Amino acid sequence: MSEARRELWVDETGQERMTVSIGPHHPSTHGVLRLIVELDGETITDAEAEIGFLHTGIEKHAEHLTWQQAITVLDRMDYLSPLSNNLGYVLAVERLLGLEVPRRVQYVRVLLTELQRIASHLVWLGTHGLDLGAQSIFFYCFDLREGILDILEETTGARMNPSYFRVGGLAQDIPPTFARMVDAWLREFPKRMAELRAILDDNPIWLARVKRIGAISAEQALAWGLTGPNLRATGIGYDVRKAFPYSGYEEFDFEVPVGEHGDVYDRYRVRMAEMEQSARIARQALDGLPEGPWRVEDRKIVLPPKEEVKRSMEALIHHFKLVSYGFDVPAGEVYQAIESPRGEIGFYVVSDGGNRPLRVRVRPPSFYNTQALPALMRGHLIADMVAIIASIDPVFGEVDR
Amino acid sequence: MAGDGVRQGAATPAVEASERTVQRLVARFGPEVEPLPTPFDVPVVKVRPGALREVAALLKEAGYAMLLDVGGVDYLGRRPPEERFEVVYHLLDVRGLRRIRLRVPVPEDRPEVPTLSDLWPSASWAEREVFDLFGIRFTGHPDLRRILMPDDWEGHPLRKDFPLRGSRQAGTPQALRQRFFPLRLDGPPGDAAPGSGGDAPAGRPGAGGEGGA
Repeated sequence: MSEARRELWVDETGQERMTVSIGPHHPSTHGVLRLIVELDGETITDAEAEIGFLHTGIEKHAEHLTWQQAITVLDRMDYLSPLSNNLGYVLAVERLLGLEVPRRVQYVRVLLTELQRIASHLVWLGTHGLDLGAQSIFFYCFDLREGILDILEETTGARMNPSYFRVGGLAQDIPPTFARMVDAWLREFPKRMAELRAILDDNPIWLARVKRIGAISAEQALAWGLTGPNLRATGIGYDVRKAFPYSGYEEFDFEVPVGEHGDVYDRYRVRMAEMEQSARIARQALDGLPEGPWRVEDRKIVLPPKEEVKRSMEALIHHFKLVSYGFDVPAGEVYQAIESPRGEIGFYVVSDGGNRPLRVRVRPPSFYNTQALPALMRGHLIADMVAIIASIDPVFGEVDR
Repeated sequence: MAGDGVRQGAATPAVEASERTVQRLVARFGPEVEPLPTPFDVPVVKVRPGALREVAALLKEAGYAMLLDVGGVDYLGRRPPEERFEVVYHLLDVRGLRRIRLRVPVPEDRPEVPTLSDLWPSASWAEREVFDLFGIRFTGHPDLRRILMPDDWEGHPLRKDFPLRGSRQAGTPQALRQRFFPLRLDGPPGDAAPGSGGDAPAGRPGAGGEGGA
């Protein structure tokens, strides 16, 4: 289709056809995506997605940085959920190193990634609503998300790309205000969630735009490699947190919401329910937050406390070695998957025994989800295209890396 | 056999089931398929490109319904009989919750692997990405063209001999010398001395301008 693209022509049966190019810069493409759709009247007969506009060579960069430094570039892939990128990568490296992190670290990681999941889903909901003409939900969502970003800023020092999870623990301990802030936000959340649901759940305009649109069967979803809410909306309850628990998820009590028809509406229902489940996990993590160290004791991996560096020669050497050289990771390969807001994000990390990764291959869930877009759009009206794109919830920083 | 050598991680029933699948593959395909030790709960099998399609079809039948990922690795400098490249496939059985990894060695002089995009449509873009970034061709792929890099890009960025920084000419040996070793304190000035036409600012090793020409 990309060869000899025609804008207007008459096909074999005498029907008038039109080709429309949408993007790469368009508000409804949620990033930098170009879609070339073939129309019969207003119906999409074929579509093609072009990606790569945000390719910045993140995997290549990671090979040139030390194990700890690579966190900062991988952070920027899924920019709506950077803590998932952090978590998957540090878990992979920790497995290669054979490191067991303290329980407090596990709990803080779970708590923050679940808050991040809610924040990410709020961006999805707000922009999804905005695309279909529901303007107020956009402001409600971003206002609620702001509370999570405040918590992240207070805890990690950054709103957007925290690089807070480190190999061997955290960048710093949680602040004294942490419990109070998270508790206040979690108390507020059910009320605010009810407001969001009140705007859309029974809204006839919303329902008419999302029901029976962009449906995909379970079998097709598997064939296209869909994961996350997009897969669960088809009825398959595959969630990495339950299937292959990591970072102590087996200790938390939560449900995996599933849909039935795999359409835009079911993806909406699944993500809405997921936010409530995430808040449930965050509450459990906050109430059960263990005391203890916030990183491992191994001085070959984590920096010694600054006070000690001033007094101890040993600590100074460790500090110098870690900052200038980093640490070696035993040769080997590992595939560590976690459940990001968009699905299974997998880190296939290969080490040759040196102080830099030989290869960090990321399985980006958005990449596979976006690939299925043309299959989802065929037969629908062009006006429904924006609903379908938004319901897939792609992040192009991750698609293109 | 699979599971020999050091296994890191616990032997869960799902891992053992995947290891049994690997053993069945070995029994069936012989030298084309070689089991590797299980690193961290994912059984691994090395498959020669010639047997890949049959192995993949068999695994799909056996319940590995999802092709999660196709990725490339460049082991530049690895000595024969090991090949330079590998294409790595991750498969998932969403019902049995089993994973399996296929590592396909790819020779440098003939970087070709048969496509799996007809078995799993999810392979389509992923194979295009491996082609784009590693220059490995997937024979039988219906639409094998670049996906992330511009159509007219030269070279394959994720190869180890492709420099991280530099212009489009940066892949040539001469440019490599200029870019990364521009400073010579002893001996006669090399071809990278200031004014020799190299586009790296003299005296700033490796800190040249970024982006394309």
